Amino acid sequence: MVNKIMTNTSDHNSNEKISGLSFEEKKIWEIIEKVPDPEIPVLTVADLGIIRKVAYNPAENIAEVTITPTYSGCPAMDVIAMTIRMALMQKGYKNIKIHSVLSPAWTTEWMSETARQKLKAYGIAPPNPQQSVCHPTAFQAEEAVQCPRCNSYHTKLISQFGSTPCKSFYQCQDCQEPFDYFKCH
Amino acid sequence: MDNSDNNSISKTLQQRPRLEALIDYVIHLADTSIILGHRNSEWTGHGPVLEQDIAISNIALDLIGQARNFYQYAAKLINENPGAYSFSTGFDRDVTEDDLAYLRDVWNYKNYLITEQPNGDWAQTILRQFLFSAWQFLFFEQLKKSTDAQLAAIAEKSIKETVYHLRWSSEWVIRLGDGTTESHQRMLNAINDFLNFTGELFEPAAYELALLSDGVSVDIKSLKADWTERVMTIFDEATLPFIKPGWSQNGGKKGVHTEHLGFILAEMQYLQRAYPNSIW
Repeated sequence: MVNKIMTNTSDHNSNEKISGLSFEEKKIWEIIEKVPDPEIPVLTVADLGIIRKVAYNPAENIAEVTITPTYSGCPAMDVIAMTIRMALMQKGYKNIKIHSVLSPAWTTEWMSETARQKLKAYGIAPPNPQQSVCHPTAFQAEEAVQCPRCNSYHTKLISQFGSTPCKSFYQCQDCQEPFDYFKCH
Repeated sequence: MDNSDNNSISKTLQQRPRLEALIDYVIHLADTSIILGHRNSEWTGHGPVLEQDIAISNIALDLIGQARNFYQYAAKLINENPGAYSFSTGFDRDVTEDDLAYLRDVWNYKNYLITEQPNGDWAQTILRQFLFSAWQFLFFEQLKKSTDAQLAAIAEKSIKETVYHLRWSSEWVIRLGDGTTESHQRMLNAINDFLNFTGELFEPAAYELALLSDGVSVDIKSLKADWTERVMTIFDEATLPFIKPGWSQNGGKKGVHTEHLGFILAEMQYLQRAYPNSIW
């Protein structure tokens, strides 16, 4: 069950969006997909599922990229938009338009399986594939979060809010290691 | 002049009051989020413990992010419809989100009064956040269904964050209310200070009513029963009494504010007022 969900999310993330792109649009995609998240540099914007659309207008030579914010106030979004612009400029694109769309709202379900593994290797617990506490009716429910170091589920929530908007703070009760959890959203 | 021109002019005239109401409504939502976000940000570096300092700062960031989305939308509507809304920066350029936040004075701000009240102690900050988040959650649930696509999109995005705010503030209300004699007393004081400001959350302004029939705005009166029930559930668990306020202080949505807003704006707007158009 869990595996199935994960396969679906990674399909949703990149392959679906790349198929159907023109040659030039694929080139743009390949340039910008490597742009790292400024706060979690092991992840790229493609890993996070932030890139929603890439378009190229050959008549006016305009490269258009549509991104979606992770959190409304996440300061990384401005940096990401600027880094995408610079990456395209370095490859010779002059007319670049970057749009931001809010709907459908970004969710951690769009994060690819590769991204989840990279996060874990980096020491951040990846978001659980199935959201269990993102609703107020689940108030006070505890989520089973796995320690990224010793894999124990015997962990404790320290704070719902962490060093960036997308993370909460946990501690492992077995190996005692404190760690960040990329919270479900 | 041919017929189609005639039609489009009369259409524009008909739409103008509606457009004005829409811009007022969007700005009202933006102002509410930015003022509470600003208030919460005053805790940054002063929180009772590091984790909670980070938590309240995160909530501030989410609220300011919501405000940006609303202000950007309002600025777009103003720029696309010249003359439809009485706001001018005096500069020869398009209106930006920053102009709307930094270049309007107290009487043009339309935030709810509860958001501008001073932080007080931690109990007051917690209670204000809880009363507001409980309302905002119900509000965004409805705004998600707005016939205005951009408002619906902002609500769809923001509600995910509001859920975390509601959860966090609910847990704190319980911890403090059902805590020590001292923390319980401080929550009672906070209830006494803030409940009078909650009536306004269910009193629609003229611009809200104007947008109700075509499904743009939320019928906030209809949220009251659900809100009261949710608040009472948490208060029960926190061993706190829910005392129905005998009167409620209104006016924020119409630009009639408590004395506190002027001080917030003086600090928040100082830089743009002293050095117009400055960027860094």
